[in-house]
Amino acid sequence: MTARVGVVTFPGSLDDADAARAVTLAGGQPVPLWHGEKNLHGVDAVILPGGFSYGDYLRCGAIARFAPVMTALVPAVRAGLPVLGICNGFQILCEAHLLPGALTRNRGLRFVCRDVRLRVENARTPWTSGYSGGQEITVPLKSGEGAYATDPAALAELEARGQVVARYIDFSQPNGSQANVAGICDESGRVVGLMPHPEHAVEELTGPGRDGLGFFASVISALAAA
Amino acid sequence: MTAGPMTSAQDTVARAAATPQHRQPYAELGLTDAEYDRIRQVLGRRPTDAELAIYAGMWSEHCSYKSSRAHLKQFAEKAPPSAALLAGIGQQAGVVDIGQGYAVTFKIESHNHPSYVEPYQGAATGVGGIVRDILAMGARPVAVMDALRFGPADAPDTRRVLPGVVGGISFYGNCLGLPNIGGELSFDPCYAGNPLVNALCVGVMRHGDLKQAAATGPGNQVVLFGSRTGPDGIGGASVLASASFGSPKANEDGGESAKRPSVQVGDPFMEKLLVECCLELYAAGLVAAIQDLGAAGISCAATELAAAGTGGMRVSLDTVPVRDASLGPPAILMSESQERMMAVAEPRHVEAFLAVCAKWGVQATVIGAVTGTGRLQMTWHGELIVDMPPGSAADDGPVYHRPLARPATQDELAGRDPVTLARPEDGPALRDALLGLLASPGLADKTWVTEQYDRYVRGNTVLAMPEDAGLLRIDDQTGLGVALATDGNGRYCSLDPYAGTQLALAEAYRNVAATGARPLAVTNCLNFGSPEDPGVMWQFAEAVRGLADGCAALGVPVTGGNVSFYNQTGQAAIHPTPVVGVLGVHDDVRRRVSIGFAASGASVVLLGRTCLELGGSAWAHVTHGHLGGRPPQVDLAAERALAAVLIAGARDGLLVAAHDLSEGGLAIALAESCLRGGLGCRVTLPGDPFTWLFSESAARAVVCVRPGWEQAFASLAAGHGVPAQMLGVVGGGGLAVDDCFEIPLAELAAAHTGTLPALFG
Repeated sequence: MTARVGVVTFPGSLDDADAARAVTLAGGQPVPLWHGEKNLHGVDAVILPGGFSYGDYLRCGAIARFAPVMTALVPAVRAGLPVLGICNGFQILCEAHLLPGALTRNRGLRFVCRDVRLRVENARTPWTSGYSGGQEITVPLKSGEGAYATDPAALAELEARGQVVARYIDFSQPNGSQANVAGICDESGRVVGLMPHPEHAVEELTGPGRDGLGFFASVISALAAA
Repeated sequence: MTAGPMTSAQDTVARAAATPQHRQPYAELGLTDAEYDRIRQVLGRRPTDAELAIYAGMWSEHCSYKSSRAHLKQFAEKAPPSAALLAGIGQQAGVVDIGQGYAVTFKIESHNHPSYVEPYQGAATGVGGIVRDILAMGARPVAVMDALRFGPADAPDTRRVLPGVVGGISFYGNCLGLPNIGGELSFDPCYAGNPLVNALCVGVMRHGDLKQAAATGPGNQVVLFGSRTGPDGIGGASVLASASFGSPKANEDGGESAKRPSVQVGDPFMEKLLVECCLELYAAGLVAAIQDLGAAGISCAATELAAAGTGGMRVSLDTVPVRDASLGPPAILMSESQERMMAVAEPRHVEAFLAVCAKWGVQATVIGAVTGTGRLQMTWHGELIVDMPPGSAADDGPVYHRPLARPATQDELAGRDPVTLARPEDGPALRDALLGLLASPGLADKTWVTEQYDRYVRGNTVLAMPEDAGLLRIDDQTGLGVALATDGNGRYCSLDPYAGTQLALAEAYRNVAATGARPLAVTNCLNFGSPEDPGVMWQFAEAVRGLADGCAALGVPVTGGNVSFYNQTGQAAIHPTPVVGVLGVHDDVRRRVSIGFAASGASVVLLGRTCLELGGSAWAHVTHGHLGGRPPQVDLAAERALAAVLIAGARDGLLVAAHDLSEGGLAIALAESCLRGGLGCRVTLPGDPFTWLFSESAARAVVCVRPGWEQAFASLAAGHGVPAQMLGVVGGGGLAVDDCFEIPLAELAAAHTGTLPALFG
């Protein structure tokens, strides 16, 4: 059976169509989910896409966490539903306390759109199991508030538990993220937040390559195996 | 909250009729004595304050094209026959058939004056405005581009204006979710007090989705939706874009800072909601007519919708949602608050219309209805404050045949021949000249700017900067796509506005063809000084004539555009700077050609004829600060032939790379192609190395031929009569010119990429 992967559209979501396309290319069935509905339509996994939900007013992701769809999503995630937050979606997951820490203004205080090299540090999550641990990939980063920040103790815990999922390995680190963190997961590994955009690296024609497809293919394989 | 407290002080139609001697501030609103008299004649009485606000906005240079209209009609008169044009000039934007049932609409527009006063918001709202133009045609906006021109890169004010403009475009475009796929960045002292910020948007629709901006069907409801109307941007069109800065009048008013409140403030989140809301309204068939609110706000939308339709419309102006309850009718009519649209809906659709708006969180209000009266009538708490024929404001504005005269300085300029300038004569000097040009701000790597723009969103960007043109996939299955390029060269145009404009057209046409796309249609943004200066008016007339003739010769019609006058500081006008945008269709974007030399061993071939042409060149400008002589020769037949070779070469898979030659000539093109592809090349020049490297002869491109297909490509070029000079091969770690110099890629890259970060941080 084809995996059904929900893609949430908040007002101001921008990469929802791209995430849906990536799911399709990976062999899954994308299911549009609307921010105003408390219904997950029985999906097997959820993607919170990039964009500027609610205009990023107040603080990135701060309003989206109160959206009706989140009241359905949070308990489902706690019960084991895999969720991937990309860029703004990562910010929402942090605001919703499904992931620790916060995303802050880039070091250069400017929006940065750049293809970045990442190292997949944890290939054991349902979103990264298609990669090998330590694999290097290229995907676009595009954000103004992408610098991951948390307190040193929490960071040490994340490192110790292998919750750093991906790290920037460019010599010119793009945004000032602590410990070059590009993505993290929760303790279960099912909740992954990623600042770069794997959905923009799924076709040779329109991206820097197809390195990003693995995130979507991974979850579809993981769901099939479950 | 609805508008304004009811006051007895409102200037009603009845009061206007009863007080013919009442003095009105028409001159302050930019109207002349004669224009004011004409309004009185049209109405048979003096206008009310509200009517005066409408006429002042609609008869401003920006909205009425009163100085340019007499010239612009050539675009229609000389237009080549084109089966592709579904809607042309006069619409908000032209619409072009690209096949397979798809149509695209595109337009470029200026936001120069606001961007100088308040760079961030000025540039941001420039993006917002052009996107709504495209949306109003019924299309989904799919990409934006920006053509930017600033004063000297190291001037202190450029450090205020450039980062602000780029930041504003980044803020608005990124948050709106539109990929930025290209544009221009250049510097010249003439833009120091008057930067040029021209924004382009392209949208896609199915043929049947084309929307009209005509309020027909009496009884149909007029809906205003989007942001509330506020006191921002009041008189933006008439005040900002229709007078020059640094004029005595501006200084009396308190200088540029006094104009700051005239700049609108953008909310890209609201615009994104407006885009999705409109597209859902269109898909549900709930929209009978629609227009965006841009310059002159409600005045423009109401008069134009009414004039294009049945002619009658009734509006209760007090029902307009406002952000400031103290706003009266003239302010509401003149406000250029952003992110607003006006639609006409059949009564049976109004409920569903409002429901779609509510779904997207977009405020929508029925403010009036279409009538059969032939008049635009507006009331304020029941009192009639506007009663006018809408066409008198929208269509029948003044038309001026401004005096024009070729400036006496033109001959002197042409006589200042760059052929006498000292040239680099040996290898090391040529090497230095190349590196100097490559590092000059106008030719340096633009990543500092373009890295601030999202080029990936929507997942259809096939080529973006620094490629010759932006290329978008339109259809996933067939690979149908569109390519877009904008070009302009103020130096060429100041030497000869007729030829310079054709060179801008030819360059954009060439850039589109270099990707493998077939050029189809043209848009333009004509940036000039004051039309009241006969010399400027001559430049304008020559530029328009040049563009119209050029489009006829190339077989690509002008589908729309924008005129920006009064780009000057005091008495000093900018270089005449027409910016030309060309749109092409790509039959299969999978066969696109990049500028990058990415195949080692492939032949490097120069297409076209090279002569010693240095007038207005980047070399003369950068090395000697020189401007004079003649711009390069225009040969539009050669441009057509070159484009045919590039398109066929891409289609047949003969090309690995193609890069048009323009500013900086072959030297810059080779350096850019090497850096883009990450490979060097070794070339032998067939004659005087300086001429071959730095001349800017038009109708040329450098290509990299797929190994094994050299003979086929040579036959193709010969078949079209295009000279093809084999220069050398791709490969190695540097740009090597036999008997002259070799520059390692790392050194090229350092020169190219260091400049803008060093200047702007």
